[in-house]
Amino acid sequence: MGSISLKQVSKVFGDTTVIPGLDLQIEEGEFVVFVGPSGCGKSTLLRLIAGLEDVSGGVIEIDGRDATTIAPAKRGLAMVFQSYALYPHMSVRKNIGFPLKMAKMDKAEIDRKVEGAASVLNLTDYLERRPGQLSGGQRQRVAIGRAIVRDPAAFLFDEPLSNLDAALRVNMRLEISELHQQLQTTMIYVTHDQVEAMTMADKIVVLQAGRIEQVGSPLDLYHKPRNRFVAGFIGSPKMNFIEGAEAARHDAAAIGIRPEHLSLSKTEGDWKGTVGVAEHLGSDTFLHLNVDDIGAMTARASGEFDVSHGDRIFLSPRADKIHRFGADGNAIP
Amino acid sequence: MARATSIQRRWMITIAAWSVGLLIFFPIFWTILTSFKTEAEAIASPPSLFAFEWTLENYGEVQERSNYFRHFMNSVVISLGSTLLGLIIAVPAAWAMAFSPTPRTKDVLMWMLSTKMLPPVGVLIPIYLMFRDTGLLDTRTGLVIVLTLINLPIIVWMLYTYFKEIPGEILEASRMDGATLRDEIIHVLTPMAVPGIASTLLLNVILSWNEAFWTLNLTAAKAAPLTAFIASYSSPEGLFYAKLSAASTMAIAPILIMGWFSQKQLVRGLTFGAVK
Amino acid sequence: MSTRQTRTAARLMMSPAVVLLLGWMIIPLSMTIYFSFLRYNLLMPGTEEWAGLMNYRFFLTDPAFFSAMGNTLLLVGGVLTITVLGGIALGLLLDQPFFGQGIVRILVIAPFFVMPTVSALVWKNMFMNPVNGLFAHAAKFLGMQPYDFLAVSPLFSIILIVAWQWLPFSTLILLTALQSLDSEQKEASEMDGAGPVSQFIHIVLPHLSRAITVVILIQTIFLLSVFAEILVTTNGGPGYASTNITYLVYAQSLLQFDVGGGSAGGIVAVILANIVAIFLMRMIGKNLEV
Repeated sequence: MGSISLKQVSKVFGDTTVIPGLDLQIEEGEFVVFVGPSGCGKSTLLRLIAGLEDVSGGVIEIDGRDATTIAPAKRGLAMVFQSYALYPHMSVRKNIGFPLKMAKMDKAEIDRKVEGAASVLNLTDYLERRPGQLSGGQRQRVAIGRAIVRDPAAFLFDEPLSNLDAALRVNMRLEISELHQQLQTTMIYVTHDQVEAMTMADKIVVLQAGRIEQVGSPLDLYHKPRNRFVAGFIGSPKMNFIEGAEAARHDAAAIGIRPEHLSLSKTEGDWKGTVGVAEHLGSDTFLHLNVDDIGAMTARASGEFDVSHGDRIFLSPRADKIHRFGADGNAIP
Repeated sequence: MARATSIQRRWMITIAAWSVGLLIFFPIFWTILTSFKTEAEAIASPPSLFAFEWTLENYGEVQERSNYFRHFMNSVVISLGSTLLGLIIAVPAAWAMAFSPTPRTKDVLMWMLSTKMLPPVGVLIPIYLMFRDTGLLDTRTGLVIVLTLINLPIIVWMLYTYFKEIPGEILEASRMDGATLRDEIIHVLTPMAVPGIASTLLLNVILSWNEAFWTLNLTAAKAAPLTAFIASYSSPEGLFYAKLSAASTMAIAPILIMGWFSQKQLVRGLTFGAVK
Repeated sequence: MSTRQTRTAARLMMSPAVVLLLGWMIIPLSMTIYFSFLRYNLLMPGTEEWAGLMNYRFFLTDPAFFSAMGNTLLLVGGVLTITVLGGIALGLLLDQPFFGQGIVRILVIAPFFVMPTVSALVWKNMFMNPVNGLFAHAAKFLGMQPYDFLAVSPLFSIILIVAWQWLPFSTLILLTALQSLDSEQKEASEMDGAGPVSQFIHIVLPHLSRAITVVILIQTIFLLSVFAEILVTTNGGPGYASTNITYLVYAQSLLQFDVGGGSAGGIVAVILANIVAIFLMRMIGKNLEV
């Protein structure tokens, strides 16, 4: 239960093509993250899978069954919305039980399931409260609870953490990952945050302008980005790109080197640069440099590396970590 | 307020505002007061403000002589009936316009509004003749139909502006949760929109209660609501100030109270959302 | 943003409202138009015949039409002047902090909830009556001759009554608009050295302009159709001194049973109202986002 395949799925709103036609296979039990900049069509894609929007063309199959024109409720999917979309006039108990009530399940059974979900999500003490009386994290858990009780074929998450503060976001990230370990149900998760994508996904789908740029495991994408867009999008701080003479030396239109793959030294190295801003995080120090003949670059140094504004230092890229890109932006193997 | 207004200025404004407020309210106050006077005292010169013998007999007499209660019930049935019927028709329409808008939705809304601007005299004759021929003249049913149609645009508009404030994601969530359209409207939308629906209801009851063109033209003795009943006091032989006051007080009291509750929504409803 | 199913459902759910209003608008209106071209009197059933533009010619050349037209304009214009100016003044007054704000607000808006027939009768009998009215008592007390408002200046009296009913409406809307005025904007203008008068002209009035326009347009729609107040106070008289278009059409069709003539008058009223409506619709349409 829980495999989803998209075949030549496209979506057009009026005159604008949001998704020009896309194929994707999601395996049973996978945690798939759609990631991309805002407006890349990732949320639209999720809503197409959910059935909240019609496809303009193509076929959506859920568990091998054509679901393209099936109503959202009949697809056996559950969705967690960005705004949580809790029913403000119902208690937590009623909220979580709503899908079961709609499925005409009997009351005792609903209570049993709701209480089961509540204890998994630590909501037992809050069952009689209204959503308005809960904190952001608790609301998020209620939204998840409402999804869990239905035993869906797959969970759909639409940027579920973007309304939470930073600390809570890290917590919820872990909770959702744990939930996936427990339930082993397919999850599709949309985010614009590559950190969430990297930390949670079994499989990341990088989207841009409605097209899939690359599909792969987080480390695949990190180590072998297929093109400049993916290379620049995955990884933090961003990969440095160098064009011109330095790139030509590597037989490429551009080369990329991640900040963490630059060795720094005060005495010797391939390139020489001036420190602009040094961000001391404690464990690491991010240096924003102006490198002679190349331009602005970012480098990661260990926390002990002691430099400050205006210092001159040397950088050397690790040869095996240089990514080469052709004029079309695609990676050269 | 970043600045403390001087207490003297505040008192001056208080006096001015209260004077104007009392002046504007005075006719209503005087009506209520007169309703407790005897007929002789009601026309006494000079009139007395409080030094008269309070009596409740006018209220009893209004009921006895003209079956006031029946007209009161006509008003209740007509205003509540037309408002509820209007809501039943308008809730689905407003749902459609708020949550499934098309490029034409705006035109439809504006067109609905334009029907409100049709002056009633423009359609008085056909409606009168149709009602005469179908036996709807001087019936509550007839008035409920007309008032429903008259107020439908306002009801749709008010509901539309309230529904617009409900996030569509919640309705989508219910769709994912397996709610049918009926469930969605009954279990999710309506309970969330209760405050909006309540104020729509309140304002429309007020408007229907006070409607005085169709109620005067389409009723005689039987189905006349209070607007038409009170109008019967305009004939000179019926010139009894105290009784007129008693009848008037009873006719305006319920709506005055409802009106005070709905003053905020009044602005929004009567300006079609143009002023909030 | 939805699926085909919800869009279809949406169209279905809109249709009762749309069909009813369409019917309400088209059927009677086209009947009125049709009648307006007929010689048709309810007292002489069966004698209907095509009359071309005769009804319009009679209605538009009838001296009663001219006085009704003039009265309509005076009534609308008079009430608008009183309520807009009074509404601005009252709005500014009630927007200041003072003791008992909520209660005064309630007192001020109360007349709006009084049904037209009640307010007209109360004013007619208990205030304007030349013998027993409060104004007459006051005049006698001051040693003056009581003034017979409704006989001597019927239209002016009706304007007063209607203005009393609508002053709360304009006050409430202008007050609401005033309260939405950003107090920082006012403070900024004070910092820039604007006194109360120039602040009113340059900050407050422009901010109110939208609300004032809305008040004018909406009241005009209702004021063109003033009926009950005239019916219970003067019956349009003496003569045609307080007859407006609405009342004239009513008198022609339901008192003289001249369906043809009344219908022609009704169509004229519709055209007049439409001129106002076009402006109002533009106003509201402009700030309606779908």
